[in-house]
Formats: sequence, structure tokens, C-alpha cells
Amino acid sequence: MSDVILKTEDLTKHYGGVQALEGADFELRDGEHVAIVGDNGAGKSTFVRQITGVEQRTRGRIWFDGEQVEFDGPLDAREAGIETVFQNLALADELDVPSNLFLGREKVKFRLGPFSILDRRAMRQDTEEGLRRTGVKIPKLDNAIRHMSGGQRQCVAIARSASFASRLIIMDEPTAALGVQETAQVEGIIRNLKERRVPLILVSHNLRQVFDLVDRIIVFRRGLLVADLNAAEVDGNEVVKHITGVANQDATATFA
Amino acid sequence: MAELTSQSVEGGESPRRRRHWPAELNALIGLVGIALFIEILGWIFVGQSFLLNLARLRIMILQVVVIGIIAVGVTQVIITGGIDLSSGSVVGATAMIAMSFAQAGEIYGEPNTRAVFWELGWVDLPVIVPLAVGLGVGLLAGFINGALIAYTKIPPFIATLGMMVTARGVAKWWTRGEPVSFPTDQFAAIGQGMTPVLIFVAVAALFYLILKFTVYGTHTYAIGSNQDAARMSGINVERHLVLVYSIAGLLSGLAGMVVAARGLTAQAGMGIMYELDAIAMAVIGGVSLAGGRGSIMGATIGMLIFGVIISGFTFLSLDAYYQEMIKGAIIVAAVVLDVWRQKRRAMEG
Repeated sequence: MSDVILKTEDLTKHYGGVQALEGADFELRDGEHVAIVGDNGAGKSTFVRQITGVEQRTRGRIWFDGEQVEFDGPLDAREAGIETVFQNLALADELDVPSNLFLGREKVKFRLGPFSILDRRAMRQDTEEGLRRTGVKIPKLDNAIRHMSGGQRQCVAIARSASFASRLIIMDEPTAALGVQETAQVEGIIRNLKERRVPLILVSHNLRQVFDLVDRIIVFRRGLLVADLNAAEVDGNEVVKHITGVANQDATATFA
Repeated sequence: MAELTSQSVEGGESPRRRRHWPAELNALIGLVGIALFIEILGWIFVGQSFLLNLARLRIMILQVVVIGIIAVGVTQVIITGGIDLSSGSVVGATAMIAMSFAQAGEIYGEPNTRAVFWELGWVDLPVIVPLAVGLGVGLLAGFINGALIAYTKIPPFIATLGMMVTARGVAKWWTRGEPVSFPTDQFAAIGQGMTPVLIFVAVAALFYLILKFTVYGTHTYAIGSNQDAARMSGINVERHLVLVYSIAGLLSGLAGMVVAARGLTAQAGMGIMYELDAIAMAVIGGVSLAGGRGSIMGATIGMLIFGVIISGFTFLSLDAYYQEMIKGAIIVAAVVLDVWRQKRRAMEG
């Protein structure tokens, strides 16, 4: 059990009278890639928001890296080693790639409070190194992010999470807004993370992608964690059954 | 079920290749164009050169550097996505307050009994005193602006509008509307000759370097371009905004002292409309009102465009009323250009 990196017990979130998440028990082992699937409003994002400290849970306990944790905000979670790639990319469009990668944790040559002198060269080198490690190809690092395509921006966001030797990466719909080639590139990065045994929680609507990438599939429905499936042992029909909650329905494989 | 299939139908997308034309370059082309246009008109209608006249260029630059100092601070505020409407009033308040600490004890051999602090004996103080007081007043005004905006979440427009009225009130209340005159020679020197230009160059160069090479610069742009992302990245957005508005206030205070020293007198009405001119300089120079984009270099070019237009009109003996109208039109044109760029960018993204 010592290799359990993240564990939740009775994780519950109510918004007023709405039970968005109810009693979720979940475990993630080191190096494991787990997908969270479910219909809109099933509780996937709510679950992620409790773990990353974006919201404060109503009830329940969370262990991370062997210790019980209380994250007051996403920064706490990040300092503990949980890096999140949010649906709305947390990037500053007007800054270049290295500045974005190191935003809030800049390397400095000379410490002088807010007027500390940036070590641009070191940040650039580390950026190149980090992008190479994650398999991201960005032609021009010095361009503002806004000049890049959606896929390139997503890659920067992911590279940013992956660069900071984090203990766990969470991605919320990383390819929802991307085209085919760009999606393939992001999936390549995720496989790369798998090889490096970086644990991952992937929230996705795309079942094809989920089967391609992860070891385990967690299904949420109406705020409940209804299934914990081994990706190698189930097929799409079964997952869809759990998602829709209709047993024995002939859920043909409409997913690509 | 439709959402399960939606992923596969999106088409591939080739990376865009687009030239990135910096807004500063547009402004520079504008500056050169306007200067040459006036130059040609000069040869035709006045029979002399507009640009090849050192005295005229000196006057031209002196007319705009005071507001230029303000624009350096306002540019940083606008880059964070904010606005500062209080600069002109802060100029008035600082001019009055600093000047009253800078008065000479004797005028033409007579004791200056009308000095504000005559009874307290605070005359002929070393120049460091009014300087510190003036910068302190500007800093305080900026700090209040920043704290209101950052911690009460009042829109910058409202918070600084409040300061605009309040600081003007302070300027009038300070001496019950009386002008404050007769500074010490030391204090007067701040505004004499080309000193204001040197002050502007020093301030502009300093903040150009700070924005480009320090963490402060990166965070200023980051906040303006995506405040949530900045916060998620661990930047203390509130504290940074307080710092940016404080710097803007400090520079308004500095400008206030330069104005007072140059005119050898301070009046409560000094600096009216300076805030709009400073904002206009920044916007003409390519600083985007949407935040995240722009530079001190751009604002400096914007300032020079102002200077060329003002002295160009005088040079061509055109009525001063036209100046204001043209200035207004240029400001609107610059904002339209900015909005148009944003729209195009949104369509690209």
C-alpha cells in the first residue's frame, strides 16, 4: 500500500442542496494513469476541484503521498506536487514560452524583491530541456503564446505541469478544443509521462482516447463513483452502460 | 451520446504563419509620417524647416516630458489591465504640498512672510525635504488607489475617479485655494532648462529596464494578459497591483514637482486633464487598453507624437482650438485601432 500516491475517503461536495459529489473513495498508485469519465454534471470536475483545492469539500478526507492533506487553494496543492492542466488554460497569452513555464517561480540572477533580475538564459535552457523531455515541439520559444495554435498552447500548459518534477498530474479535458493532429501530439505527451511513470488523472469525454491511454477507468454518475474498471478488461459498451446507468441497453460503440 | 463522438470530427489545423508587427512600429511610422507631413507643409506655407530648428525641438520636448513622466507610470497601470484617472489631480496636490515645503525665506531681500509655513519657520529647507514630501504624497495617493482596486475589487475606473476628485480637493484645501510661490533655488532647479527632459529620460529608461528584465515586469504583463492564470501561478496579484498603482502615483508626484518648479509657483488647478493626455500617449504608442500589451518605448513614441502635433500646429500658425480637436481625433483613432487589433486577434485565436 505504500505506493498509493493519492487516496480519498468519503469525498463529498454539496453546492447548497445539490449533491455534486457523494462519498467518493478513490486510490491512485504511483506511475498509474487513471481516467475519469462520466456525463456532464456527473461530478468529474467537482471531484478534481476538491483534490486540487480549487474548492473546499463538504466532507471527507484526502491523503497525498502518504500524508493526510488540507489544501487551502490550488497553490497549496501545487506546492505539494499536484500539477493541474485546467480546461481553460492557465497561460498568459502575451508572454513567451519560458516566461509562461516559469510564471510565479521565475529563475533570478539577482534577488531584489519584486525587482529581482530575471535569469532569462537559464529559464530558456530549462524550457528547451523540459520540452524535449515531454516530447513537445514548439518552433519559436520567444513568441508570445497568443501567436500559437490551440494545440501548441495546450502542449505548453502540459509541459509546464510536467517540467516541475511533480508527484501527480491532473488534466481536465486536455484535448476538448483540439484538432486531430494536435490531439495526437497531446496524447504522445501523455504516453511519454506514462513511460516516465508520472501518475496521471485524466478527465475526458473521449472514450477512444481513454482506452488508448490509461490503466484504469473511473466512472462517475450523478455525483457517485459508480465503477472502477480495468481498462484492459472492459470494452466501450460496458463503460457507456455505467456512464448512462442503463444496464442491458444495447449501447453500440458510437465512439470512434 | 453525441459528445462521445464529437472529438473525431474536428479537422486538422496547420500552424499559422503570421508576421508579428509590433504596435510600437506603427506608432513610430506614425511619428515619422506626421513630422514629415508638417515639414513639407512648413516648406510650402511657412517657408522654413520644422524639424531643423533646435530651439523649436527643445520647446517641443519640454512641452510633453512632464506628462511623459506620468505616462511611464500610467503605461504600467494599463498593462495590468487597469486605468489611472487620478494622475492630473495628484500632480495638483503634490505641486501644492511639495512647494509649501520648498519656499524661500527671503524674496528680493524681504522676508517671505506669506510662506505657508512661515510661522513654523519651515523656509529654506534643504531640497530633500520637499522632494521626499512630494514623492510621499504621490506614493500615498497611488497606494490608496492600488489598495482599493486590489482588495475591495472596485473597478480601477471608479477607484481612481474617486482619487481624482479627492486629490483635487486636497490641492485646493491645502492653502484654501491660494497659489504657493517663491521656491528655493535648489527646488526651482528641478524644473529649469533641460532638467525635466533628463528626469523623463532617467525615469523612462529605468522602467523600460525594469519591465524588461525583472520579475516585476513579467508579473505586470502576466496580470494584464490573464489575471486568473497569474493567480494560479502563485503570483500575489493584489500585492502586485498595489505596487504598480503606487509607482504610478509616485511618478505623478514627481511630475507635480517638476511642473511647480518649472513655473516657480504651484496652483491648485495644475495638472488638469494630464491623466487623459498620459493615457492617450500610452494608447497612441500601442499600449492596449485591454491589458497585457505595450511598452515604455511605445509610450515614449506616443509622447513625441503629441509633441510634434502641438508644436506643428503652433509652427503652422493654426488655431489652438484645432489642436484639441485633432488630439481628440487621434486618441479615438488609436483606441479604434486597438479594438480592431483585439477583434482580429480574437478571430485568429
